[in-house]
Amino acid sequence: MSMLTNELVLERIGAMQPQALASSETGYDGILNVETTREQLVALLTFLRDDEELNYHFLTTLNAIHYPDNQGRELGVVYHLHNWPQNRRIRVKVWVPAGDEHVPSITSLWPSSNWMERQEYDFFGILFDGHPDLRRILNVDDMDVFPLRKEYRLEDGTRTDKDDRFFGRDGHEGRSFD
Amino acid sequence: MPEGYGGEGFFATSLGQAVGLARANSIWPLPFATSCCGIEFMATMGTNYDLARFGMERLSFSPRQADLLMVMGTIAKKMGPILKQVYTQMAEPKWVIAVGACASSGGIFDTYSVLQGIDKVIPVDVYVPGCPPRPEQIIDGIIKIQELVKNEPLRRRYSPEYQHLMEKYQIG
Repeated sequence: MSMLTNELVLERIGAMQPQALASSETGYDGILNVETTREQLVALLTFLRDDEELNYHFLTTLNAIHYPDNQGRELGVVYHLHNWPQNRRIRVKVWVPAGDEHVPSITSLWPSSNWMERQEYDFFGILFDGHPDLRRILNVDDMDVFPLRKEYRLEDGTRTDKDDRFFGRDGHEGRSFD
Repeated sequence: MPEGYGGEGFFATSLGQAVGLARANSIWPLPFATSCCGIEFMATMGTNYDLARFGMERLSFSPRQADLLMVMGTIAKKMGPILKQVYTQMAEPKWVIAVGACASSGGIFDTYSVLQGIDKVIPVDVYVPGCPPRPEQIIDGIIKIQELVKNEPLRRRYSPEYQHLMEKYQIG
């Protein structure tokens, strides 16, 4: 078995799943980052998992991120895959606009993604289409915000005895993200 | 010793004082330890500080036999209803001590997921400041609880003030 390089992986994806490859780059850590669209996400991940040469069989984690300034690509989901026999990793990113945070669920590919997707729904409000039980997992059930989205304040609104000066906040209300 | 009349081989005092003395020196604490303050509590229970000197070597891990709820550590909002249930399950008379900054006020965790002090869900008798407090401070808090227990009228828990307090917390 030849050693997997980022070039080989890109070549293989380009040959087999060209429509899924929106863009790619190599991160500072040497790990290949691949961007795709939500329409192609499941097909690409299925290919990465099942292709004998690539063999990215393990879903390390998946996480969401919010960039409020990126027009039309405010919310993202990043999938971290791992090929254990060759110890190679890859990241797959998908971006969606705020207000239309639908991403297909991959619980049918990796059952372990069930709780991870629930967590990203809990904190970012990403709606994973096809998830069998998409509800909050870590926060209180009656929470009405998605706390890690940057439009919400991080501080607790019920605090009564905390002086902002002692928390490095010079008495202002809320937080500026400029 | 409480006020009373004593002589060779006997001592007479009011029933309330005698019961208070007995209660104060045989408190069964329920440790509700969620983070680092719990580690300090372990040291407090250990031989160096030895909380057993105060009549509390018997920790109660069932709320139904406990007299003193010791909340030590950060209480997440999701833990709030559980803490309240534990408090409700305790039999009267009962006392609560909030050990450390987090239990008292949320501490440094001024964030959406952390309860900003357990007195948002249950009444608290003694607050021990510190992050975390040293075992000496926890013992100081315990002694303050013992003073409360000694001097509390037997029927205080039936008083309108106490019932009002419980109503405020929607308990009972």
